[in-house]
Amino acid sequence: MHELALVESVIDMVAEHAQSHRVCRVKLEIGTFTCVTPDAIRFCFDVATEKTPLEDAVLEIVEIDARARCRVCGETFAQEWLWTACPCGAQDYERLSGEELRIKEYELAADAWVAAPQRKSRSYPCARRAAAPIGQK
Amino acid sequence: MCETCGCTDRAEVKVINLETGKTLSSPSKHEHKVSYGHAHASDDHHSHDHNHDHHHDHAHGHSHGHGEAHHASGSTILLEQNVLAKNAALAARNRAWFSGREILALNLVSGPGAGKTTLLERTVKDLRHRHELFVIEGDQATSNDGERIKAAGAPVVQINTGSGCHLDSGMVARGLTELKPSVGSIVMIENVGNLVCPALFDLGERVKVAILSVTEGDDKPIKYPHMFQAASLLLINKIDLLPYVDFKLDRCQAYARQVNPAIEIMTLSATTGEGLAAWLDWISATSHREHEATFSPDLAAFK
Repeated sequence: MHELALVESVIDMVAEHAQSHRVCRVKLEIGTFTCVTPDAIRFCFDVATEKTPLEDAVLEIVEIDARARCRVCGETFAQEWLWTACPCGAQDYERLSGEELRIKEYELAADAWVAAPQRKSRSYPCARRAAAPIGQK
Repeated sequence: MCETCGCTDRAEVKVINLETGKTLSSPSKHEHKVSYGHAHASDDHHSHDHNHDHHHDHAHGHSHGHGEAHHASGSTILLEQNVLAKNAALAARNRAWFSGREILALNLVSGPGAGKTTLLERTVKDLRHRHELFVIEGDQATSNDGERIKAAGAPVVQINTGSGCHLDSGMVARGLTELKPSVGSIVMIENVGNLVCPALFDLGERVKVAILSVTEGDDKPIKYPHMFQAASLLLINKIDLLPYVDFKLDRCQAYARQVNPAIEIMTLSATTGEGLAAWLDWISATSHREHEATFSPDLAAFK
C-alpha cells in the first residue's frame, strides 16, 4: 500500500502550495506503468484528506497510456506490457509516457481552511464537479 | 493523528542503532517546514519557486494571520509537480553523499522469505576481512534481522517502517546519520520484503539487486515486472533446493531478460555457498569502481 504514502505526499504538496486555502479539486496524472493503482489512490485520498485543507476535495485521475519510441526504426508505438517490443521487433526503445505520477493542477475553494474544531459549516463550491467523469483523457 | 496539522496518522518510523541501542522515532514521515496555515514558528521556509501568478509582496517572516488571500479563490492552479519529487531529491542527496565518500550502496529487494538476510549474513562473514561493510535493515517491525547481521559482524541500523511497505530516501538518510559508514566502505540496504512498492522509491543506491528464491516460482519476474525492470542484478537464491521444486532456471532467466534485457543474473545458495564467489567478486569489483568513479568525469562507468 505505497498508495497511502503517495497520497500523503500529494496532500502535503498541495496544502503547502495552497497555503491557508481550502482546496476543492485535485487532478492527478498517473501513467499505466507507474506501479500505482488509481482505485487505491481514490480509496486512500478520502481517508487521508480528513482534517486537512483537502478535505472533501474532488479527486480527478487522468490515466496516461504507455508509449515508446523505437531507437531502431524511429516509430512510436503503444505498450501494453512493460516489455512490449516495437512492432518492428526491436527491444531498444525510449519510453515517452506511461510513468507519470504528477499533480497536474488543483482548484481553490471560495473559503479559507479552518482547522477543526473552529471550522465553520462546510460549503461545497465545487460540488458541481463531483459528477465530472473520472479518468477522462 | 499529527498534532501540528491534524493530518491523518502516518506510520511511525523507528530507527534503531544496534551498536548503541539508541532508538529514534519520527512522529510522522512528513516534515512541518510549512504547515497548513495554522500557527507556526516564524522561521518557516516559504520559498515559493513555483510560477503561478500570485504576488508575495509581503515579507515572509510569517507573522500574518493567513487570512489574507494569496490566491484568488475559485481559481485553478497549475502545479505540474511530480509526487515523488521529494523522495527523488533526497535520493539524489544520498547518492551524492555516498559518491563523495566513495561508498558503494546496494539496495537489496525481494519478496519476503527469498533469503535476503541469510545472504547478507553470509556476505558480511565472507567479505568483512576484505571490505568495511555497513548494513541498513528495513522491516515493518522487530530488530530480529538487525541482530542477525550484528552477530555476523557488521555495524547495523534497523529501520522499522511501521505500517510502511518500503524504505524511502528520507529513512535511509536518517539511518546513515546513525550508521556513519566510513569512507570507501560498502553499505547494504535490505529493503522491506515486498516485490511491488520498493520498485518505486529510489533510495540513492548505486545498484538495485533483486533476489528471487527457487521456492517462489520461476515466473516471478513477469508477475512483478516493475521490480525486475528496476533492478540491474538478479540473484537466484536457494539453488540447493532445485531438485525438490518445480523451478526451471532457464525459464526464470528468460522471463527476467524479457522484462529487462540488460539484467545481469547470478545463481547461488546462501546456505551451501554454491555460486557465492561470483556475487562476492561482483561486490568487490563494483566497490572498486565506486572508488575510481568519484569526481571522475567518467561516471558513465556505471551506465
